[in-house]
Amino acid sequence: MFRNQYDTDVTTWSPAGRLFQVEYAMEAVKQGSAAIGLRSKTHAVLACVNKANSELSSHQRKIFKVDDHIGVAIAGLTADGRVLSRYMRSECINYGYTYESPLPVGRLVVQLADKAQVCTQRSWKRPYGVGLLVAGLDESGAHLYYNCPSGNYFEYQAFAIGSRSQAAKTYLERKFESFPESSRDDLIKDALFAIRETLQGEKLTSSVCTVAVVGVGEAFSILDQATVQALINEFEISGEEAPATASVAEEGAGDAAADQGGAAAEEEAAPMDI
Amino acid sequence: MPKEHANWSPYDNNGGTCVAIAGSDYCVIAADTRMSTGYSILTREYSKICKLADKSFMASSGFQADVKALQKVLSSRHLIYQHQHNKQMSCPAMAQLLSNTLYYKRFFPYYAFNVLGGLDSEGKGCVFTYDAVGSYERVGYSAQGSGATLITPFLDNQLKSPSPLLLPAKDAVTPLSETEAVDLVKTCFASATERDIYTGDSVEIIILNANGVRRETEQLRRD
Repeated sequence: MFRNQYDTDVTTWSPAGRLFQVEYAMEAVKQGSAAIGLRSKTHAVLACVNKANSELSSHQRKIFKVDDHIGVAIAGLTADGRVLSRYMRSECINYGYTYESPLPVGRLVVQLADKAQVCTQRSWKRPYGVGLLVAGLDESGAHLYYNCPSGNYFEYQAFAIGSRSQAAKTYLERKFESFPESSRDDLIKDALFAIRETLQGEKLTSSVCTVAVVGVGEAFSILDQATVQALINEFEISGEEAPATASVAEEGAGDAAADQGGAAAEEEAAPMDI
Repeated sequence: MPKEHANWSPYDNNGGTCVAIAGSDYCVIAADTRMSTGYSILTREYSKICKLADKSFMASSGFQADVKALQKVLSSRHLIYQHQHNKQMSCPAMAQLLSNTLYYKRFFPYYAFNVLGGLDSEGKGCVFTYDAVGSYERVGYSAQGSGATLITPFLDNQLKSPSPLLLPAKDAVTPLSETEAVDLVKTCFASATERDIYTGDSVEIIILNANGVRRETEQLRRD
């Protein structure tokens, strides 16, 4: 697409004032499978599409718990996402140790953004190839932020990233004005509808998506498959087929268009993750 | 030239006593709630017990500032463990972590005398007892702190833990029932309170078993 003489390294400007390596990094986000986030005043919901490479492999884990009050959904290079999640967790733990209180989400995303910016101004580094939807709770309520490889971040009422995210964004644009006052369950319903938009005709079942919630009085947690499937059935979103059962953890084969990196899905309910 | 001595000490002893008893399917962890300095009482209602994990409770006497710092370090390390392993730390794992954390400061120790109690992966009660620099051992029961010298001989008489030198290794659990163990602990503290000036006010008792955690408080002499 952009092949030209100004895209070899991130420290080279183009005559038009662009950093092509950073823009290419943002392309990587667009190639990843979809992740969406939305929030009300009291709750924030993250949902993502899990493309398993085959019947035999497990699903990519794209939603991570960062702390009781913060979670993140990623799209793009999953390995980069994993590393950044580890950084976020570490920052939350250190802040909690020093101040005995939860790290405000707004602070965390700035730190993340600054970290991403560093990689856009060092000749020996490359930008992170992952977009992060950070959902969290602080004293002023629920928040949703999007951090991109360029080092920019924005706060959103609702957003979608990854492949075919435009379909989800269109749906969210129609509904977002009602989100601030939405109930927790309506928010989850809208998240599932938005995910369905990105599937473009494919059946929405709980094996294909992951949903996570955080809210006032509710620590960040990833909903288990059974709950999600029950919600899907309740909202009559998908067809009649029963969901596929969770598969055994295994290294997934590389899929050209989907997120890169291996997958490791644990099946038992665990304190920090699925 | 005679050696100069410091005119202040980084340490203080806030007194207090901690006890733990392991049963076949429960564990009792107890500590008095008096915090003192010198001959004064700082407060009558201070908890020396900290929940480190679902099945690990630590009771620590000694210098409470160091105890607090130690508790924070272990809690943070447990959070990291949960992120990495997707599960809670087992009590024996926490025991090793505590030992390593203490030895890490071998040359400026945490002035903390710890007793770690909980349930192991099989659901049996376990108690680990420590010195200030991390030397530890799994036992059936233990006491630490200012009243330890008064309580330990009594527990030896009532429970007599098997020696770790025995072969074949004998189980380090006591034959008591849960209610008997709790009563025994209350008796221990009542006795220690009589003669140890640093022990008293009230005793906080944590009982851990397959059903979860229970907390009891018993008033002690306040003199």
